[in-house]
Amino acid sequence: MKRLPLVLAAAAVLLLLAVPPFLKNYGIYLFTYWLVFVIATMGLNLTIGYAGQKSLGHAAFFGIGAYTVAILMKAGFSFWLGLPAAMAGCFVVGLAIGFPALRVQALYLAFATLGFNTAVWLVLRNEEWLTGGTFGINNIARPSFLGLSLARPLAFYYFTLGVTALLAGCLWRLLASPWGKAFTALRDNPTRAESLGIDTRAYTLLSFAIGAVYAGVAGALFAPLVEFIEPAPFGVNASIMMYLMVVVGGAGHFLAPLLGAAVGVLLPEWLRFAQGWYLFFFGLAVVALMLWLPDGLLGIPERLRARRLARSARAAVLAEPREREA
Amino acid sequence: MTDFLQLVFSGMATGGIYALAALGFTLLWQASGTVNFAQGEFVMLPAFAMLAFGKFGLPLPLAFLATCVLAVGVLGWGFKRGIADPLLKFGLMPIVVATIGLAIALRNGVRAGYSAEAHPFPSLFADKLFHVGGATVTLADAGTLAIALVLVLGTQAFLARTVTGRAMQAVAQNTESATVLGIDVPRMVFYTFAINALLACAAALLVTPTYLAKFDMGESLGTKAFFAAIIGGFNNSRGALAGGLVVGVCENLAAAYLSPAYKDAVALVVFMAVVLFKPQGLLGRRVERKV
Repeated sequence: MKRLPLVLAAAAVLLLLAVPPFLKNYGIYLFTYWLVFVIATMGLNLTIGYAGQKSLGHAAFFGIGAYTVAILMKAGFSFWLGLPAAMAGCFVVGLAIGFPALRVQALYLAFATLGFNTAVWLVLRNEEWLTGGTFGINNIARPSFLGLSLARPLAFYYFTLGVTALLAGCLWRLLASPWGKAFTALRDNPTRAESLGIDTRAYTLLSFAIGAVYAGVAGALFAPLVEFIEPAPFGVNASIMMYLMVVVGGAGHFLAPLLGAAVGVLLPEWLRFAQGWYLFFFGLAVVALMLWLPDGLLGIPERLRARRLARSARAAVLAEPREREA
Repeated sequence: MTDFLQLVFSGMATGGIYALAALGFTLLWQASGTVNFAQGEFVMLPAFAMLAFGKFGLPLPLAFLATCVLAVGVLGWGFKRGIADPLLKFGLMPIVVATIGLAIALRNGVRAGYSAEAHPFPSLFADKLFHVGGATVTLADAGTLAIALVLVLGTQAFLARTVTGRAMQAVAQNTESATVLGIDVPRMVFYTFAINALLACAAALLVTPTYLAKFDMGESLGTKAFFAAIIGGFNNSRGALAGGLVVGVCENLAAAYLSPAYKDAVALVVFMAVVLFKPQGLLGRRVERKV
């Protein structure tokens, strides 16, 4: 049983390495696009799934990352300066937003981030001198890595894959460390965690800010991937979409971002037949999904196990009716 | 100064409408722990329903009554049975996501199935102006504010004075003891959903003449309602009124004196300030946590 996930993971890695060279450019683009959202949702999964904070403004950080890189690159700086700047910017802004909101209730963070996202979107749209307004910023060049140009789709895909793997490794280490344990402790029982000496506010704040950094990296990769950015992909709808990706995948499962981002990126492609009705069906799908699978796709095995346990427990009770009566 | 008064007054009219939506939101939260992110769409749908009834030749008051009946059935009972009841046992997150999905579906269902245009909506009030202390006030603003105040205060009187209202409050405060005392908890929770639907209908009637009936009219309204509810104090239904008025007035003043482009960010700034300095809201009580 223990070996199955490892085999699956190895097969997945092999697929990710071997399949894209056989794809057309659009296929490679979709794969890269998916990886970018995997990175973003990894951060959100840390915030929502492991630390239990309800963040509904992840696309704002995604946008801050993308615009930081784009603006710096347009000003003549290298991508390799833009990336750390994007990360640092998201971390600081994350702390500034999280600090007041986290003072009260988890629910308040949801509202604060939602409003924050609207505010960021307004800045992106209105401050034309900086962000280009609704015209956006175009011709964002792809960077080079150790002297290798990443201009070709395949090269950029492998670069993104490498970054994804690196960030996944960091997250894995973080979750296995005492810090990570503290995150989950305060998700499961904040009051108890606090009484055990965990400074809940510092940890929740940190989990939120680290999640924001992941979104910043994703944004920094998104800008050179699509080569043209404008405010639309960083609005409230995008945040909600990312939130859904995490929940659909199964918040708090390490692999949730892989599945959730795939659903989130592919769903619009599948629902193209619906045309004008697309978002209507999308919304209904979300409601239906929550009703059937409130713990997401990766919650299915646990649910099946729970049902099996319940069934055997019931069978045990039925087998000994006398004992129960007594 | 007259400009200022005028801005404050029209802001209060908008704020009254925010308060209606915020009150429904607070009541739902208190009675059942439901966070309804489709609150804005619950205002948008009755607006279109009233227009539809109007097309069948019903005069506005009758169309409003018919919409209220429909809303209690669909947005009250249907929403409770279909979405809130099955999801509440899984905690906050599934219901937050499901209501967001519902909001997206409703918004875009109306856009794709009916119209993406803004439709004019008959106003309750004649086009009349008053002069109060140099400021010009429209009858529509004054009437909107008055009706919103009457509805909010009426709801509060109902909660505080009637047996049913007190039973509803008991359910909101402690569901278990309410059950022990023989209160029909599911019924009281349903009443809350029904009141929420009715308040949404009233908000639609008041807000649509100015905002016009459009598929996305609920989007900003819903967000403002949440902020208003928290600014006023989430655990206090009087807070919804205070919060709504504060948001409405601040927004109007900021749009006039600072920048109209950032009007929609004002509620957030006020919210952040309130949370920083008075986390329980302007009128809220401090809640102690239990282990």
